[in-house]
Amino acid sequence: MRGADYFLKRTLFAIVTVFVAITLNFIIFRAAPGDAVTGLRCQFCTVEFKDQLRAELGLDKSKWEQYWLYLQDLAQGDMGRSFVTREPVVDELIDPLLNTLPMIALGTVFAIVFGIISGLVAAWRRGTYLDWGNLSFSLLFYSLPTQWLGLMLLIFFAGTLPVSGISDPFLEFTDPSWWDTFVDRLKHMILPAATIGIVLYGEYALIVRSSLMEALSEDYVLTARAKGLRNWAIVWKHAFRASLLPVATLIALSLGYLVAGAILVEAVFSYPGIGLVTYDAVFERDYPVLQGAFLILTLSVVFANYIADLLYFKLDPRVAE
Amino acid sequence: MSTIASGPGAAGAPTDPGDVKGGGGLGAVVSSTLRSRPRAAIGATVLLLAILMAIFAPFLAPYGPREKVGPPFAPPSSEFPLGLDDGGIDMLSLIIHGSRVSLIVGFAAAAVAMLIGGTIGILAGYFGGKSDVALMRVTDYFLVIPDVPLMIVIAAIWGRSLTNIIIIIGVIYWTGTARIIRAQVKSVRERVYVRRAQALGASDSRIIYRHVLPQVAPLLVANTVLTVAIAIFAETALAFLGLGDPSLISWGRMIENAFVSNAISVDAWWAIAPPGIAVAVVILACTLLGTAIEDALNPRLRVGHLSVRRFRLRPLPSKDIT
Repeated sequence: MRGADYFLKRTLFAIVTVFVAITLNFIIFRAAPGDAVTGLRCQFCTVEFKDQLRAELGLDKSKWEQYWLYLQDLAQGDMGRSFVTREPVVDELIDPLLNTLPMIALGTVFAIVFGIISGLVAAWRRGTYLDWGNLSFSLLFYSLPTQWLGLMLLIFFAGTLPVSGISDPFLEFTDPSWWDTFVDRLKHMILPAATIGIVLYGEYALIVRSSLMEALSEDYVLTARAKGLRNWAIVWKHAFRASLLPVATLIALSLGYLVAGAILVEAVFSYPGIGLVTYDAVFERDYPVLQGAFLILTLSVVFANYIADLLYFKLDPRVAE
Repeated sequence: MSTIASGPGAAGAPTDPGDVKGGGGLGAVVSSTLRSRPRAAIGATVLLLAILMAIFAPFLAPYGPREKVGPPFAPPSSEFPLGLDDGGIDMLSLIIHGSRVSLIVGFAAAAVAMLIGGTIGILAGYFGGKSDVALMRVTDYFLVIPDVPLMIVIAAIWGRSLTNIIIIIGVIYWTGTARIIRAQVKSVRERVYVRRAQALGASDSRIIYRHVLPQVAPLLVANTVLTVAIAIFAETALAFLGLGDPSLISWGRMIENAFVSNAISVDAWWAIAPPGIAVAVVILACTLLGTAIEDALNPRLRVGHLSVRRFRLRPLPSKDIT
């Protein structure tokens, strides 16, 4: 019963969050000084074109009417058309989103694996130079601006690894096998994923370490030590298990960073994901695409959070209380 | 007074550790943290140097921030230790001048976040009940919505002046502060001296101002210092996406400029590296200082009895006992 209650609550929360994001999106868009069409920069923006756009966007109607229309359109999966290409926004966003997912997944897995290893080592050898060095490195990586790290990696690896795009444009002329295509994609993914992974690694290592340290101050650890267990056994069997839950939550919370990282990194490496679409939309002030990207990114984060909440319940049913 | 305090009626009260006031004051916590934790002292020193650099920028910088002093992308030399950028402007001078906007954005946005987050956290934590539930719901929603895309959308539509950027960043990063402050206020509210002040008929505003605020101030400061780091990071991100104030130089805009002007294709690493290092150093300093104050306030993380160096208890050999 408790489980069903929890499930309902989290579902409701996810739905309301999406609704809040949609409303925010609407308010930001409509309450701006002037309107979205005023600041548009493009070559073919004549007065007639702008008036037509206003009519198309419904900017001549009352705010409440506009809000209602906006919700109706969204419910049908209609996010309007791009100012620049005149294509439906949804079509412009789906493929890039699918390009982004494997890239950030690669980066996140890298960060989780190395973050946990380094956090464990730090807690195992806490108070030593190993811990200190580990901590310094994690802090340093955590402090680097993502886009800057990307640029530095780009300078270092230009020549050894592909630094732009998602695939080699000449590869298709050689009739590649699926394996060649896969390797090519992976190579293009390495640098952007590594950039995200390195910054996230710093954060995860810090989280895992502090979470382990907190677990190590519990009474059962003292008991384990009194039983004569080895330091490593205490860290691995007792503290790590107990600290997995807070780590899982914090990883879910870092999803927000992942989105920011994707935008910055894809801009640096011209990786054709949803981040690059956002970057281009900002540059061209293509508001429908920008809004669509914001909504899709928010939806993904809310959805991932929702899944994390449900997993969390699976791991520890006490959270329902 | 002393005769009353020593009377039987007041005997139990002063022994309650939560009742000791003054020990948790802002100045006391910060100064003891700086003395006992070297990383806090390092962070504070670096931050102070950065602030001084920003204040005295025109006197420290060898050249003006728009002064063309040589060919584009001239490499580092004895005359220009950090080289020149695409416009032939001295990188060192740009870093020094750019510190102003970066730090102003960092501190001002963090102040906005502190004001909003602190107020909401204190109100929610102190009054509890329905307002608490409502306020925490709002923070929950804001916590989940990805911050950078939201900032991008607002900045792209509302314009990119310095004030706008400060307000946008501040308005987005108040949620963490609000949550932490609320939790702290909830525990302070239950302490004996607050209960006593309530019993004596003190108004809510007086209790908040005299008793709650001094107790949460150190935590608020620690959190604000950490928010400075986040705000500076956010500024570089916005600037990189072309949403920085176009008339001002900041470290974020320098990174963007290096990227846009294709410093990479001519291998001009000196046009890219310095602003990123400057940002990293300031963020690192804020993180060191902020987490050190936080640690000092959270006794649960003091695991001295478990650190390897101190805890080397081996089972006693039995012959020693007998």
